[in-house]
Amino acid sequence: MAQGSDTVRPAAPGTGPAGRVAPRAGGSSPASRRLREELIGWTFALPFLLVFLIFMAGPIIASAVLSFTDFGLRDLRNPLGTDFIGFDNYVALASDPKFQAALFNTAYFVIIGVPLTLAVGLGAAMALDRGIRRFRTLFRVGYYLPVVTSIVAIAVVWRFLLNPDQGLLNMLLATVGINGPNWLGDPTLAMPSIIAMAAWRNLGFAMIVFLAGLQTIPAQLYEAASIDGAGRWQMFRSVTLPLLRPTVLFLVVITTIGYLQLFEEPFVMTDGGPLDRTLSISMYMFQQGFEFFNQGYAAAIAWILFILVAIVAVVQFRLLRSEA
Amino acid sequence: MTANARPAPAGPLRQAIPGAHAEPQGGRSMATIVLYVLLFLGLVLMIGPFLWMVLGSFKPEAEFLQLPPTWLPENPTLGNYERLVERLDFPRYFFNSALIATVVTVANLVFGPMLGYALAKLRFRGKGLLMALVLSTLMLPAAATLVPVFILMSRLELVNTYPGLILPFLALPFGVFLTRQFFLGTPDELLEAARIDGASEFRIFFQIAMPLAAPVLATLGILTFLGSWNGFIYPLIMATSPEMYTLPVALATFATGQFQAFHGMLMAGSVILVVPVLIVFILLQRWITEGIATTGLKG
Repeated sequence: MAQGSDTVRPAAPGTGPAGRVAPRAGGSSPASRRLREELIGWTFALPFLLVFLIFMAGPIIASAVLSFTDFGLRDLRNPLGTDFIGFDNYVALASDPKFQAALFNTAYFVIIGVPLTLAVGLGAAMALDRGIRRFRTLFRVGYYLPVVTSIVAIAVVWRFLLNPDQGLLNMLLATVGINGPNWLGDPTLAMPSIIAMAAWRNLGFAMIVFLAGLQTIPAQLYEAASIDGAGRWQMFRSVTLPLLRPTVLFLVVITTIGYLQLFEEPFVMTDGGPLDRTLSISMYMFQQGFEFFNQGYAAAIAWILFILVAIVAVVQFRLLRSEA
Repeated sequence: MTANARPAPAGPLRQAIPGAHAEPQGGRSMATIVLYVLLFLGLVLMIGPFLWMVLGSFKPEAEFLQLPPTWLPENPTLGNYERLVERLDFPRYFFNSALIATVVTVANLVFGPMLGYALAKLRFRGKGLLMALVLSTLMLPAAATLVPVFILMSRLELVNTYPGLILPFLALPFGVFLTRQFFLGTPDELLEAARIDGASEFRIFFQIAMPLAAPVLATLGILTFLGSWNGFIYPLIMATSPEMYTLPVALATFATGQFQAFHGMLMAGSVILVVPVLIVFILLQRWITEGIATTGLKG
């Protein structure tokens, strides 16, 4: 990992060109200079380290501990009154129909949403990379707009867009004689509607990353393939896709991790309904922890989410390493 | 090491290619025209909702109940915005969002590069461990730490205060990662020359390394600001009374509560939340998309 510095300052004192030898600062013995370097390094690391310990590592561990307790509202004043209840929270979760619904819905969102987002993003990227010459910046910026905007605002606007009576979508459908459904009110359509919105919001990000990946593919490869008589589909399968593998992998992982945390969309658009069909893991965690104040139970849900994300991240790490 | 395997092409790789990466084959064939048509339709889909939002924010409420609905406002009004300011406290929410995002951004512009620089250019024990910590927290889900952080903040009596809303975001791993990638490519001669002149490591960092990093700092600043401005779940639990709401929390609270049927007001609220960001993005889009393309990460 430290490849940077290892290659950067190879010279042991006395071996390198003049400049490398014993910088004046610190002066004295090599041992004290060494100590100074350690001190400087850790001083530079201090702010991150504090935030890391207090707000990341500490809470993750605390979350694990809490998940074995019945911590609730009363314990906020007196944390010592909390009781350890072993695996009770996890046992309860296993048979909690709402949690099962949340798991299922989140999986549904990820399994359909990730490939959809990436496929559309890749299509747009390929069109911009090799298909057209003009208006590239316009498309790039336009397709990326939703990525930088607040999901809450987007969800508010889309809730009106998808409104069965006054929404823009059904109004447009009506002009071609179709009686549009109640997108967010229908149990079978609610999640697909949210997936469509998420893909709409995030495809620009996939497109930008794919574009960067596509631009590393030398044109000669396409030329060689076309001399060999390869068609468009063959070129895509045997040139583009294999060379984009690391990009695809990276996007799958980062999009999956993002989508596993689905929260704002159901919070604003459906409140988890209808019939819990859009209740997500994060949303259920929020309800348990901050609406019902079952914080021990919420911590157990949070830990399960954390484990899911960690698994995806580790898989990515392994795959990328096996690639190198 | 993960960093090395990132898919994104760094500068030099890209520069090697343009000659080879010739312009697209498409002349004026049918396929090219179809492609343009599809891309323009896509563009309409991407921008349409924003246009509808902006137009809707100028419509009086009655116009939303009209059938068939209108596209352009028939009786344009500023009433929705007036109500946001007079009946609700949107200037305050805007101020909260701007204050929090500014403090978080400035802090990350100092603390991120500090460690990023140390990891790339200084020699000390435990560096590998620190790098592993940075990488492992890069994708930490916010929801996973919410409950204990809330308990901690309530013990410290920081719930519903600015420090409570700001502290956990002062030194995010993203800034460390992004700047480390940059500093790996900084030539050592520059730093070494300053060392020989007797400059302290802190002076070298602030007066030599930081100015060199200006482009990556621009990207980091914009992405951090956006992340904070748009952040939702954390301020949602931490801002417990309206005067501490950020814009997204205020908008979501009103959209799911007493104002849920008020189309015009909610669209005006969305405009206030979104339009400043869109303007900044369009002006600075190069920094954002380049930054994302070269790191393969968003803020």
